[in-house]
Amino acid sequence: MKPYRKVAVIGAGLTKFMRRALETGRELSFYAAKEALSSSGLKFKDIQSVVMATAPDAFDGVHMKGEYLADGAGGFKRPYMRSYVGGGSGVFAIIHGWYMVASGMFDTCLVVAEEKMSSCQPHPQAAFNSIYDHTLERPLGVNLLWIFALEMQRYMHVHKISEEEIALVSVKNKKNALDHPSAQVAEEVTVKDVLNSEIMAWPVRRLMVSPTSDGAAAIVLAAEHIARRVSEKPVWIEGIGWCLDTSFWTNRDLYYPDYVEKAARMAYEMAGIKEPSKEIHIAEPYDPFAYKELHHMEGLLLCKRGEAAKLTAKGVTQRNGDLPVCPSGGLLGVGNPIAAAGLMKVCEIFWQLRGEAGKRQVPGNPKRGVAQAWGDLMQVGTVVVLGI
Amino acid sequence: MKEQRVGIIGIGAVPARSASPDVSYREMIFEAAQKAYYEAGIEPEQVDTFVCLSEDFNEGVSIFDEYVPDQLGAVLKPVHTICGDGLYGIASVFMQIRTGVFQIGVVEAHSKLSNIVIRGKVEEMGLEPLYTRWTGLHSYFIAGLEMRRFLYETGIKEEDCAEVVRRFKENAIFNPLAAYPSRISTEDVLNSRKIATPLKELDIAPQADGAVVLVLAREDAVRSLKRDAVWIEGISFFTGEPHIDSRDFGRASYAELSARKALEMAGIKNIRKEVNLAEICDVFSYKALQHIEAIGLAKKGESGMLLREGFFDFNGEIPVNLSGGYMGIGAMSEATVLYQVLEVVKQLRGEAGNRQVKNAKVGIVQSWRGIPTSSGATLILGV
Amino acid sequence: MKVRGKDLKKDDFERTIKIEYHPKLLYAWDAGYAVGKFLQGLKEGKILGIRCRKCDRILVPPRAFCELCFVPLDEWVELKDTGRVNTFSISYISWDVRRLEKPEIPAVIEIDGASPGIGILHLLGEVKPEEVKVGMKVKAVWKKESERIGAITDILYFKPLKGEE
Repeated sequence: MKPYRKVAVIGAGLTKFMRRALETGRELSFYAAKEALSSSGLKFKDIQSVVMATAPDAFDGVHMKGEYLADGAGGFKRPYMRSYVGGGSGVFAIIHGWYMVASGMFDTCLVVAEEKMSSCQPHPQAAFNSIYDHTLERPLGVNLLWIFALEMQRYMHVHKISEEEIALVSVKNKKNALDHPSAQVAEEVTVKDVLNSEIMAWPVRRLMVSPTSDGAAAIVLAAEHIARRVSEKPVWIEGIGWCLDTSFWTNRDLYYPDYVEKAARMAYEMAGIKEPSKEIHIAEPYDPFAYKELHHMEGLLLCKRGEAAKLTAKGVTQRNGDLPVCPSGGLLGVGNPIAAAGLMKVCEIFWQLRGEAGKRQVPGNPKRGVAQAWGDLMQVGTVVVLGI
Repeated sequence: MKEQRVGIIGIGAVPARSASPDVSYREMIFEAAQKAYYEAGIEPEQVDTFVCLSEDFNEGVSIFDEYVPDQLGAVLKPVHTICGDGLYGIASVFMQIRTGVFQIGVVEAHSKLSNIVIRGKVEEMGLEPLYTRWTGLHSYFIAGLEMRRFLYETGIKEEDCAEVVRRFKENAIFNPLAAYPSRISTEDVLNSRKIATPLKELDIAPQADGAVVLVLAREDAVRSLKRDAVWIEGISFFTGEPHIDSRDFGRASYAELSARKALEMAGIKNIRKEVNLAEICDVFSYKALQHIEAIGLAKKGESGMLLREGFFDFNGEIPVNLSGGYMGIGAMSEATVLYQVLEVVKQLRGEAGNRQVKNAKVGIVQSWRGIPTSSGATLILGV
Repeated sequence: MKVRGKDLKKDDFERTIKIEYHPKLLYAWDAGYAVGKFLQGLKEGKILGIRCRKCDRILVPPRAFCELCFVPLDEWVELKDTGRVNTFSISYISWDVRRLEKPEIPAVIEIDGASPGIGILHLLGEVKPEEVKVGMKVKAVWKKESERIGAITDILYFKPLKGEE
């Protein structure tokens, strides 16, 4: 079913992604929101609604975190809503903003994603153990790394993928991020560096993991009649999709993300895309761990199952390749303030399609891009297709 | 292109209880979902989108969204969580259906507040960490501040607030889903333990466990399913002043703003003449009166007097909280308001039995997210 | 494009005025019908599963309804306490990011008697990390009967079953 109304992205903004920000969550939201607003051509009084995406409350240590962050994001005497799908929230934010505007209830929406993980001491990762089942899993002393390592192991086992092939993703993304102004962990590393980095939870090594970060991102959405009036190059939301799998993750085969495929199919159908590998010019799949980029490339139907590693080795996914993947530098290079990271990918596609990505610009006038985020217990896929 | 209407075609709830040790939240939600789908005449495969409402710290689980799909039959379907009360969930599904992409949507809310050992410590986490939490006070102090200011600005008395508690708990006697139906006197309320004056223990709605699921559908789906829908005539949600330092304590700005928008959407010019019954948020006794005035059912300062005169009783001009409200049903964070929606739906369908309001055609439901927020929504239903 | 934000270096962070808050978040979760019975089974030294009559899957951890068929379940099945490793990891980091001398080995173990691919999360023990393989057959090592309380930790870990491939 096609939506009745068209919605466009007309502005985007980011903060630096940092290990420990001096600013509070509210201040970070404000920086990103202000930047997005000033690049959009609209004034704050033109913003009719605000959407906030932010991941677990446990990081900031504030219950009902959405309400706490509201004023930083512009949610003052305005309709304001917070959506939450774990790590998928960053891309879900634009989907949420999309349905706010596409429904006809609002003509404009300011979408903000924020994360302040550093408040959680002694280490933010510890807060993640509360995502596991409280009765049947937590008593085992669970660790966030376990679930990624278990999935990575399964993926490598089923498709016979080597550690070297996976390390290539870290090398590519960390290098791409050197050109990103917000980047936290951009650097030149070699496959050898990655494979020599300490084992955290085998097969996951330190240089295959994105860091914990503080940061915020924001975009401005507008209905067609407003977008055409105020923006020279509106970027249209052509397709959206999202999908959540069962919480019984130990009953699933983790080697393939069905939930990403279903979400992608929903988005491609809406966008009228029949052959994603040919019709998508840039992809920004979620890459919290190096193997995840490959895993998600397959879920996004950009290549056949088990083929993503081969494409990466051939250089197809480099910025000047046939299908640039994570030209921004992704989470591995720029940083991982969970919700903001997803929206950062949307911002990247926005700038790339408008030719405004500076040193990161993918050549050849890309017209269509896909951004995807993932979250929960290997469960949720959120996908957006943007076009110009 | 004429906009299709969106209606509620099924709603299922488990009886609210002070504690529910024999069932897990999954099992409670499964029961509510089965009831809702049966009433709507659908299987979960036919649902296009699911919206669930929850807050992590209330559940004791980070990313509670993970645990939602199974008991709704929503595996590998579009599901997401909204951090808001029941009416926010309805607004979300309403908007999704209005995009033209979705036809049938489900809203779910539940409460297992009995599983929180020290509730006050969770509520404390809701306070702003740098400027407010350091006081070490129970978050109820904000309600105390608000109540004091509200009574001062309106001239309403504590006795009027006590009347709210008495009447709504009595209304709950006729609601089989309510957890706290009772007959108490206003003296009981006035003499109850001081919490954060003028707030007393019985001015606070007691917490409960429960689960409720709604099915919403677009007009064409309602026709093809051959159901009678209760239509959403107006819906709006607002956040007023998120932090207590910039808040006007006497007023419920979120209620004023959302009610105005919702009534405008429904084409209602005079709420007292065109609305037949109301369900408002009474999680604190004084809030009921503040909300009644905020949505326009009474002029500033009048609500106490009208309440005492029986204006809002079952036999009055505009019955309010026939469900029992939070005082009678129980305070279930996001879920209580959907029990109130259930009441209005029953009334508009003519299924409210011995508490049926005659000629009920239009109902209004108003919500508030609770302390320390200034967020709430308003919903107008009609047949 | 302006990107703002002040990144605190480690020394800055040590010197900045900090407010410490120690949350006290205690929960007593109701296990409910299905998980409650499962825990009771663990106390008795059994792993229980539940069968869906519609899709014929035998599921563990048990649940009161089949999430795919959306029907209530009530046919309990006693499963074996052996299984096969579906996937595993060797973790040198604890849950709060401390380095471990002796690594932990979490694994998803498909339980014998349940449908294929249906597993539970648990730990492996009495095995060298380099010897763990996907598909390895393992058996539960239980706590002494007097020490079992009806929790997933009534199983200490799963160890390799010798002589089986």
